[in-house]
Amino acid sequence: MSASSPMRTPATRKRRRLYAVLAGLTMLGIAAALVLTAFQDNIVFFYSPSDLTEKELRPGQNIRLGGLVEEGSVKKAADGVTTEFVITDLSKTVPVRYGGLLPDLFREGQGVVSQGTLGPDGVFVASEVLAKHDEKYMPPEVADALKRSGQWKEPTK
Amino acid sequence: METLTEFFAMGGYAPYIWPAYILAAIILVTLLGLSLRDLRRNENTLKALRTERRGRTGDEVSS
Amino acid sequence: MHRFANPNQFLRIANPVLPWVAWLAALSIGTGLYLGLIQAPQDYQQGETVRIMYVHVPAAWMALFVYASMAIASATALIWRHPLGFLAAKASAPIGACFTVICLATGSLWGKPMWGTWWEWDARMTSVLILLFLYIGYMALVDAFDEPTRGQRAASILALVGAVNVPIIKFSVDWWNTLHQPASVVRLDGPAIHPSMLWPLLIMAVGFTAFYFAVLIVRLRSEIAAAKIRNIRIGQVHG
Repeated sequence: MSASSPMRTPATRKRRRLYAVLAGLTMLGIAAALVLTAFQDNIVFFYSPSDLTEKELRPGQNIRLGGLVEEGSVKKAADGVTTEFVITDLSKTVPVRYGGLLPDLFREGQGVVSQGTLGPDGVFVASEVLAKHDEKYMPPEVADALKRSGQWKEPTK
Repeated sequence: METLTEFFAMGGYAPYIWPAYILAAIILVTLLGLSLRDLRRNENTLKALRTERRGRTGDEVSS
Repeated sequence: MHRFANPNQFLRIANPVLPWVAWLAALSIGTGLYLGLIQAPQDYQQGETVRIMYVHVPAAWMALFVYASMAIASATALIWRHPLGFLAAKASAPIGACFTVICLATGSLWGKPMWGTWWEWDARMTSVLILLFLYIGYMALVDAFDEPTRGQRAASILALVGAVNVPIIKFSVDWWNTLHQPASVVRLDGPAIHPSMLWPLLIMAVGFTAFYFAVLIVRLRSEIAAAKIRNIRIGQVHG
């Protein structure tokens, strides 16, 4: 604890460790941000119909397409299994064909994510359809009352 | 009685809702039980060691 | 902080607190269960499955809160060599891991009927799974070395490094397209949950937080006792 060697006092050693930890965390944060930005494309879970028009797709490439099920677009085919509907992001739309069980939350106006391939005819043939819901939670009566009073906000995404 | 069966049916989602609650309860109760068991075990060992040490130093003094 | 660094002084404060947090936990979780399972209404979209939220969301919050506490405790252990900082982190890890498992399992049970899948590799779910691996890695590392201080240091560094994952989990739903929906409660323009559903959720969260502190005090007492046992045994060998 001699005054001639200040580097050895416990207080400076603690401060040095503090700076080391802070510097380490900063570097780590920057590294994480860089990695996440670099892999941006892989972290995205689905593409919107607008993304799809910009993206170069290999024929038969398996992708996920997400958006809202357009109101009034859901049709059950004559075979009773196949469902046809349109996914929209409110600027572009993509027709979808799917021959499987739909999740309980699947309905018109709701968000969905479907996995499949875009056919040459522009129809997206889905092998899986997942429902997405928004962050709003409320009792049914409240939702009805909001819709009646015209205060209902439709999803914009 | 009917409301009770209705309650347990959870609108048809019973196979998802009840396992969620039961699983959470099992995990939290097990965690609490194991933590209390460890505490009791460590405190007993500590007490035994301390009385042992006291006894030993006591012997040394007396002999 | 320095007042709590001494284990005996900590125990003098923590021991009287324990019954209070234990009772708070029991009362809030009891009330939360009653409100969530019986009183709260169905959701206009998700029907009864919304009740899974009352365990899933508080468990997810605790998974993050416990990790953040663990990282801060590890930082105090690394920088100021607080013996209690390390013990608090070590005592927290299994609790946080349990909350993470509950979060993942209940999320899966909720995802199957609503989304139509038990599991998807979206950014939110993957980052929470990484959180679980961080907890498990910490617990494995703490006891991996013969010399305890080396394990302590390695585990504390892992806890700090893993802290970058906490903001990633929180903001994953805003930064990327995910299957998981954005935040409902902690958001800039106020909660998007009706009060009849928000209250049970918050009361459950209080209950889970109190449970964490109750179990933390129990585990910390246990760790302090274990440290004293080690000291006595070392003293016997060298004496």
